[in-house]
Amino acid sequence: VTSTVSRQAAAVPAEPAVPAPPRNRSARRGTHGALKPTWVTYLLLGLVTLVSVIPLYYTTVMASHTNHEMAAKVPPLLPNGSLFTNLRAALKLAPLNQGLINSVIVSSCVTIGTVAFCTLGGFAFAKLRFRGSGLLLAFCVGTMMVPTQMGIIPLYMLMARLGLAGHLPSVILPTLVTAFGVFFMRQYLTSAVPDELIEAAFVDGAGSFRVFLSIVVPAARPAMAVLAMLTFLTTWNDFFWPIIALNSQNPTIQVSFQSLATGYAPQQSVIMAGTLYGVVPVLVVFAVLGKHIVGGVMQGALKG
Amino acid sequence: MTAVVETRSRRRLPGGRAAYAYVAPFFVVFAAFSVYPWLDTAWVSLHDVSLSTYNHQTWVGLGNYRNLFTNSFFWNAFRNTITIGIISTVPQLCLALGIAHLLNYRLRGKTFFRVAMLMPYATSLAAATVIFIELFTPDGGLINWFLHSLLHLPAVDWQGNKWASQVAVSTIVTWRWTGYNALIYLAGMQTIDTALYEASALDGASRWHQFRYVTLPGLRPTILFTIVVSTIGATQLFGEPLLFDPTHQPNGGSEHQYQTLGLLMYQQGWTYDHLGLASATAWTMFVIIVLAVLTNLGLARRRERRERRWRHAAEVAA
Repeated sequence: VTSTVSRQAAAVPAEPAVPAPPRNRSARRGTHGALKPTWVTYLLLGLVTLVSVIPLYYTTVMASHTNHEMAAKVPPLLPNGSLFTNLRAALKLAPLNQGLINSVIVSSCVTIGTVAFCTLGGFAFAKLRFRGSGLLLAFCVGTMMVPTQMGIIPLYMLMARLGLAGHLPSVILPTLVTAFGVFFMRQYLTSAVPDELIEAAFVDGAGSFRVFLSIVVPAARPAMAVLAMLTFLTTWNDFFWPIIALNSQNPTIQVSFQSLATGYAPQQSVIMAGTLYGVVPVLVVFAVLGKHIVGGVMQGALKG
Repeated sequence: MTAVVETRSRRRLPGGRAAYAYVAPFFVVFAAFSVYPWLDTAWVSLHDVSLSTYNHQTWVGLGNYRNLFTNSFFWNAFRNTITIGIISTVPQLCLALGIAHLLNYRLRGKTFFRVAMLMPYATSLAAATVIFIELFTPDGGLINWFLHSLLHLPAVDWQGNKWASQVAVSTIVTWRWTGYNALIYLAGMQTIDTALYEASALDGASRWHQFRYVTLPGLRPTILFTIVVSTIGATQLFGEPLLFDPTHQPNGGSEHQYQTLGLLMYQQGWTYDHLGLASATAWTMFVIIVLAVLTNLGLARRRERRERRWRHAAEVAA
């Protein structure tokens, strides 16, 4: 439902996205024959890293100075001591804590729903024969072209009629399944689970749901992890629909940022401190799981 | 590669009615919260509707579309969407390609670099835009300080100047997505057979020639995909220009200098309460996306066919 989700369509694998265990890494084609880097390579990469990180670093710098200090002729380039003062002001101004809690709730629900339903649907498309499956799958893929804007007015009216506008279910329900997720799991399961194995289970008298639980889910676990990470991040960062469906009394973290800049004279340092407060949890998770998220993005992208 | 072909012949497993039950959760939720709204938007686009008269709509046929296509704000937003789309997508994908090439070297600390490249992607657009507004502040922002005090260039009005403001908005998009695309290209590069590089090295190809004649052709499907996906993203660009406006209103700047179609649609619907007109804009955006995607695919196919003909001709000549 977000542009980020459709971005992830780039991560559609035509072959199973086998999340490579570490032992595969060095054996992967292209790595062992790769060119030897020179100091120019590192210099250029260092520059790119700097550009990636500077905005976040400078946020810290701004968040830790008073507004007065920021207005100096030469902008300060190192962090200072006012971070907690600014943070306290930001928390008074905007419901950031509630935003964080709501975002955890929303992102968790959406992730669990998406992974469960998309694995189930992906299994049916990959391994079961049923009339109209080709057409349904094509429809599913085609919908990734639809812009978010196309649904929001009726969706808002629907949520208002259901009495959900302003409440968390209004942002959870619409993203509980994604076309991308179904297609992603289908692509993975098509060759991750041998047909013979499933046939054998059927011959032994297992029902298809039994097959799903005891054969497909264990085999799908790596792809489910990738889908879970991407879905969580996308939902956490989602902006367009939440800002319409929710309000500043009951916001997600992205929506609660809006309250920082309101008021008579918005203070830059306070805004930056609040932004930092909302971004740091994601960046910490990212730093811990970074390697796996990078792997997920890349494995999902194999044969885009 | 063969997976798609193979499944068709192999998929002889019994499914029966259970299969419908498995895809049902997806399609039920999808139908209720996606497909129904899309169709309803089409219906609303043919009516004169406001929030209070949503249940008493007045039929106007194609009137909203006629209004839209004769409206100078629409054409302004249309042009802005295209220019911002180009300024954000083209440098983004070119940079991503270069970065992917660098990441494909046998690097020390490659995980560090890859994670660092993906940091902007993990930063939400709401946060990133707030940060970049500060960096782009005309008076006292880091970027103008850098231009003015260090490089002795004139300071730039990143809000008021049309092109400067579009560059600023595009910079936010580029910052967030370049690393992500670089990793996608890197994944594509690693599937290219290294024997091709070795063979071309034996033939005395320079690194640039290897990049041009081995890497790029091998990446073509991946590049096409990123172009398609970026086009879809660029057409519905919304959050960055909304938040970049200091008033946080969907004007796209005081002179609408960076108002995109996404913003215009939001403004028609939520600010002016012309839901019919907003719906017409939304469907127009969808048609633009479909046309853009089909054009991309068509160009790619034509190129492929032409190259196959050349190769064939070359073989015949040899």
